[in-house]
Amino acid sequence: MMANDDQLPDSRDRQGLTEIDRKRRRSRSIALAVTLAVLVILFYVVTIAKMGPDVLQRPL
Amino acid sequence: MVGMTNSLTHGGSSGQAGIETIGVSNGEVRDYFALLKPRVMSLVIVTALTGMVVAQGAIHPVLAFAALLAISVGAGASGCLNMWWDADIDAVMKRTALRPIPAGRITPSEALAFGMTLSVGSVLFLGLIANWLSAGLLAFTIFFYAVVYSMWLKRSTPQNIVIGGAAGAFPPMIGEAAVTGSITIDSVILFAIIFIWTPPHFWALALVKSADYARAGVPMMPNARGADTTRTQILLYTLLLAPVGVLPALFGFGGLAYLAVSVLTGLWMVVLAWRLYRRREGEASVKASWSLFGFSIIYLFALFATLLAEHGLGLYVAVPGFA
Repeated sequence: MMANDDQLPDSRDRQGLTEIDRKRRRSRSIALAVTLAVLVILFYVVTIAKMGPDVLQRPL
Repeated sequence: MVGMTNSLTHGGSSGQAGIETIGVSNGEVRDYFALLKPRVMSLVIVTALTGMVVAQGAIHPVLAFAALLAISVGAGASGCLNMWWDADIDAVMKRTALRPIPAGRITPSEALAFGMTLSVGSVLFLGLIANWLSAGLLAFTIFFYAVVYSMWLKRSTPQNIVIGGAAGAFPPMIGEAAVTGSITIDSVILFAIIFIWTPPHFWALALVKSADYARAGVPMMPNARGADTTRTQILLYTLLLAPVGVLPALFGFGGLAYLAVSVLTGLWMVVLAWRLYRRREGEASVKASWSLFGFSIIYLFALFATLLAEHGLGLYVAVPGFA
């Protein structure tokens, strides 16, 4: 007994997720994106720190 | 995807009724954070940082921060693997029943993947930015906590937390190794302090939670050998801990402030352990257990925080004759 194609009777979507599930998934996605961004910055800064101040001083 | 099931049947307790969870992750971000045992991580951060600060060497501040992060995440990963393995007994203990896996918010397979990813990532990262000795020690620590303690010792012997305590004692050693690429007597002493501190700390808790542990079938000392034997063991370990706690001052890397803090707090630990030894029944006994458990946390933080302050803030004043 579907109200329409997008909405199941218990408010689950086609993937079977409720509004709360979708909200949590969005939070997890944002957290993952922030973590990845922090890792990119961390790896960059650590690489520079590891190479030292002479990173650009190399023979061509 | 919905409808996949996972059962909490780790740790050999396959007879337990499985708790079904949907295959799609249902956890919130804080559940993943909880898997890392943040309170244990905070202790690891303090002890590992102390190992780094006390070390006779220098490291770029950015690399020091990154190394500390790697050690903390590695410790968190081992906590996550511990929760994955122990989900079945966590479910029957009041203290742990609301953890993300037994509560059904995160599936066991998710926790396993999360823990393994962070374990491998933190070890590789530490090896690349610091050195492979510290990375090897971190890998061994994770292995020791997840496999030797969680999978083997915890359910098989009342000495579980005595031997397993080594896992919690390694961080200062890893911190020193990250800075110097070697291990000295200084970090061995810090290792010894945490190692000897662990039994009285955990057994004080186990005395008041013995029914929980008994229900889960975990042979903690109070269940396996009785409360009186546990009290005796707590007193003996505390009598050993108090002088070992003073050793940093005698070996010259703890100053006058450390000497004062370690002597006073060590003596108070002995007083609390003695009270627990004497008060064997009723509310007084429970209160004595909680007092020792609570103060043991303050004791360890006080020792390491004092070392941190002495070396990190330049407050170090050598003990005459022991510099």
